[in-house]
Amino acid sequence: MPTAAPEPADATPAASLVPKLSCKNLWKVYGSNPQHWFRDNAVTTDPVALAQGMRAKGLIPAAVNVSFDVAKGEIFVIMGLSGSGKSTVVRCLSRLVEPTYGEILLDGEDLLRKSARELIEIRRHKIGMVFQNFGLMPHLSVIENIAFPLRLQGLAERERRSRVEKVIALVGLEGREKSYPHQLSGGQQQRVGIARSLATEPELWLLDEPFSALDPMIRRQMQDEFLSIQRKLRKSIVFITHDFLEALRIADRIMLMRDGQIVQIGRPVDLIINPADEYVAEFTRDVPLVRVLKAADVLAEKVPEGSAALPGVDAETTIEDLLPMLAGRHDGLSVTRSGQHIGCVTPTSLIDALARRADLHGAAMRGTKSPAVGDAG
Amino acid sequence: MNGLRHWFSGVHAWAALIALTLALLIFRDALAWSVRYPNEWVVPLTPWLNSGMNWVIDHFGAYFRAFSDTLAVVMRLVRNLINALPWSVVLALVTVAAFALAGWRLALFSFAAVLYMVVIGFWTQAMNSLALVVLSVPIAVIIGFAIGTLGFASERADRAIRPTMDLLQTVPAFAYLLPILLLFGFGPVVGLIASLLYAVPPMVRNTTLGLRSVNAETVEAGRMSGATTAQLFWRVQVPCAKRQILLGINQTTMAAFSMVIIASIIGGTADIGWEVLTAIRRALFGESLLLGLVIALMAMVMDRLTARIAVREITDRQDQSFAQRYRYWIIALILALGLSLLAQVMPFLSDYPREWRYYPAAQLNAAVTYIVAEFSTSIDLIKRVAFFYVMLPVKMGLERTISPFSWGFTFTDTLKVAYAVAIVALTGVAWLRRGWRIATLSAFIGILLFVGITGMPWPTMAGMAVLLAYQVGGRRMALGMAAGMGFLLLTGIWQEAMLSVYLCGIAVLLSFVIGGTLGVLAAEFRPVSAVLRPINDTLQTMPLFVILIPFVMIFKIGEFTALLAIIAYAIVPSIRYTELGIRGVSPEAIEAGRICGCTPWQLLWRVKLPLASPVIMLGLNQTIMYAIVMLVIAALVGTSDLGQMVYIGLGDGDFGVGIIAGVGMAVIAMLADRMMQTISRKQARN
Repeated sequence: MPTAAPEPADATPAASLVPKLSCKNLWKVYGSNPQHWFRDNAVTTDPVALAQGMRAKGLIPAAVNVSFDVAKGEIFVIMGLSGSGKSTVVRCLSRLVEPTYGEILLDGEDLLRKSARELIEIRRHKIGMVFQNFGLMPHLSVIENIAFPLRLQGLAERERRSRVEKVIALVGLEGREKSYPHQLSGGQQQRVGIARSLATEPELWLLDEPFSALDPMIRRQMQDEFLSIQRKLRKSIVFITHDFLEALRIADRIMLMRDGQIVQIGRPVDLIINPADEYVAEFTRDVPLVRVLKAADVLAEKVPEGSAALPGVDAETTIEDLLPMLAGRHDGLSVTRSGQHIGCVTPTSLIDALARRADLHGAAMRGTKSPAVGDAG
Repeated sequence: MNGLRHWFSGVHAWAALIALTLALLIFRDALAWSVRYPNEWVVPLTPWLNSGMNWVIDHFGAYFRAFSDTLAVVMRLVRNLINALPWSVVLALVTVAAFALAGWRLALFSFAAVLYMVVIGFWTQAMNSLALVVLSVPIAVIIGFAIGTLGFASERADRAIRPTMDLLQTVPAFAYLLPILLLFGFGPVVGLIASLLYAVPPMVRNTTLGLRSVNAETVEAGRMSGATTAQLFWRVQVPCAKRQILLGINQTTMAAFSMVIIASIIGGTADIGWEVLTAIRRALFGESLLLGLVIALMAMVMDRLTARIAVREITDRQDQSFAQRYRYWIIALILALGLSLLAQVMPFLSDYPREWRYYPAAQLNAAVTYIVAEFSTSIDLIKRVAFFYVMLPVKMGLERTISPFSWGFTFTDTLKVAYAVAIVALTGVAWLRRGWRIATLSAFIGILLFVGITGMPWPTMAGMAVLLAYQVGGRRMALGMAAGMGFLLLTGIWQEAMLSVYLCGIAVLLSFVIGGTLGVLAAEFRPVSAVLRPINDTLQTMPLFVILIPFVMIFKIGEFTALLAIIAYAIVPSIRYTELGIRGVSPEAIEAGRICGCTPWQLLWRVKLPLASPVIMLGLNQTIMYAIVMLVIAALVGTSDLGQMVYIGLGDGDFGVGIIAGVGMAVIAMLADRMMQTISRKQARN
């Protein structure tokens, strides 16, 4: 079954980080009277069976028992193919879609218990959202679009102007203030969408496939700009995408979804080296390993004697850069993280790591379950 | 159960019905009831309706009168206001508005149009019609917007609103003039209320549609920006739906105007519609043409102006100063004030002098008389051919049409046998070559042409309609059709309904064939399209009366004239949708066809037409609807169908007759509409 339970260790960020957003046992079920399925405790004991029961009755569980935390300043990427429930989850987080069951804690407060009025306040100040097809108001100019949420709040003209100018500079839209959306390119339109979502200075930033509608070249550029904005603002981010390479570039952690269920949560590299099942392996198959794997990911299991004396490389060095250094060095290299010796890489350890990976993929292609997957599950 | 369903969806049921039809026809002398629905079986709905109406008038009449009196006050006010404006001011305002909205070409056209109304000397009448429109459009827009919003907000409300709007638009106008007359009393207020009833539906539809089609993400973005429900509605949904809503205002304006014209049939309005109608009734063709042109021009100017508002591009206006932004308002204001003042000194600016009037009605009459006399032989020939070889066979059947007087020979028994053999042979060949559907059609047409639509036995006609509905749209459609057929039979209007179907059927068939051909030509050759477009626009905005005028002039009163008028109106959607459909075929499909080695002819028949057929079917649907609408108006020039019945009901003040016939027409229209929509949807899915 590709529906392995998420590894609990990875569902929460490192202990040093405080969760900003916490999503607990979230369900969204479409169909008639979904509430009545949640009366008993099958929800927590066997969610997979419950979802199957719903499907058999013609209901559509779009999000099945989804739980995860997002730390302050973290970029949390939800990934999956279309129909996997990722858009439903992000809409539940902002209650654009009303969840059927579960808890969504923002700064420890349950959003699902908020009244309509409180929810409006939260959306006005705490949550910002960016949409795949931009969601711009066609009748408003760039500046009016960006100022739109501020106007709704009834903010004074001067305050509004200063905030709008700030975000316009941030996304690099100077000079286009008076254009209308239909006069802009897709990339420019999304900049407006980003600026609008940031104008309210939200703490939680939701991005629903923000770059999927853009050309590949523009997409890459926008990703870079997104990362540079994030370096300045340190928002807590939930980012939806169906593009694994995009997820790799930006994610602190990735949650992979399928049929409304979580398949795996972990750092990008975890999904590549330790995929929870064939589905994940298949998903990550085309990833150029040499660019993703770092020296720290391919350490030798047995540390040869005196390895600390070997020439050192940083733990974050990609294998692509490591390869020429390792060429002809049978004794290997010492790996250090912030000056600390953490192990060593040898040609053998590198080959082993890559071979494990290849084996996994071979298994996925043959459709049989590889031992590695069994272990991971 | 399954076997039964299978039986009903195949050829067996058709064969059985056709056999039954033949049997009924063979024994029709003994079974007279099967051809003519007996009067004893009619439910006496008419007296019930009339007494019901009387009861309503007795008990609530006072309230309705009070309402209409209030409305009359407002109306007089608007009327006086508009009439108080010097013609020169109106001319200036319309021209400036046209220029501001659409540039100098429309400005020039509007200027000429308004000037024509002045010069011809029917200014007051035209302004009286305008006053009705000016009053009814804002009310209709507000009501329509409110109902449309309700339909958007609540699925359940929408389910009730939709059929009501269908009914309001399909029940012929003449049918609800009478109840309004009875309830609200005589006078221009009737025109106002009738035009409200008729003008609200397009606003409702466009509002709901516009709000529904606002981009979902834009709405989500609005909600995520922290909009309250009211903010979301007024600041996101309504502005985003603005274009569609403005389109609704355009359609509402046109509907209101056309109804104002139609409503003048009851008289007492002193407006331009009344003048035209009087002229048509007195057979004064020159007058009716000149006055009809006033209506046509008013309609065109109103349509172009309101349509332009809807399609205007959003432009950058933030950098402009106050004067720049409102320059047209300022110009208009200055002109209006200036001309009003000037009119004090130069009275001809407000009251156009009679001696400057140019009214060439007499000359036109002479010209028409001359032309008709000159071409009388060919006109007669056209009329005779159409009448004896197309219309009568469908209506009365060949057995009653063919005579030495009409066709030049007698329909002897030998010929009848030969006809039967030919039809049987044709059906057989069709079955072998094209399958049972075409064969059934051919057998049906063979019988129909022999006995005529009025000679067909009603039990099997109704049966075939229900069967067709079942095969097109399943059990629900069949139930609807059965209910409709039941209504037509039980209320005793079957005969008239069949005559409506006959007139409409021929008109639709001809419109579809001719219009489709024109549409194909327009799609293939740009110049054809360029020529057809303004003609289509004009025909579509023209109040329906006006279309009658030229045909009455040449062909006089009669069913043939009615047919031509119906075609003239109903052909427009056929042309438009065919052109649209063919132009909409994806270039890739056409390239693929070319690569496969299609000749242009094959490309048209094998690729373009099949791919365009869902759109063309929608066009056919519209053509049917238009034909039914025009049918009622065509009753003015002499028909004998439901439309005439509605008209008679109005003339005699017989509420029951008028409303039953009106609802009968609406029933036919709605059934045809549902069937065509389903067919079009099915095709689009394949």
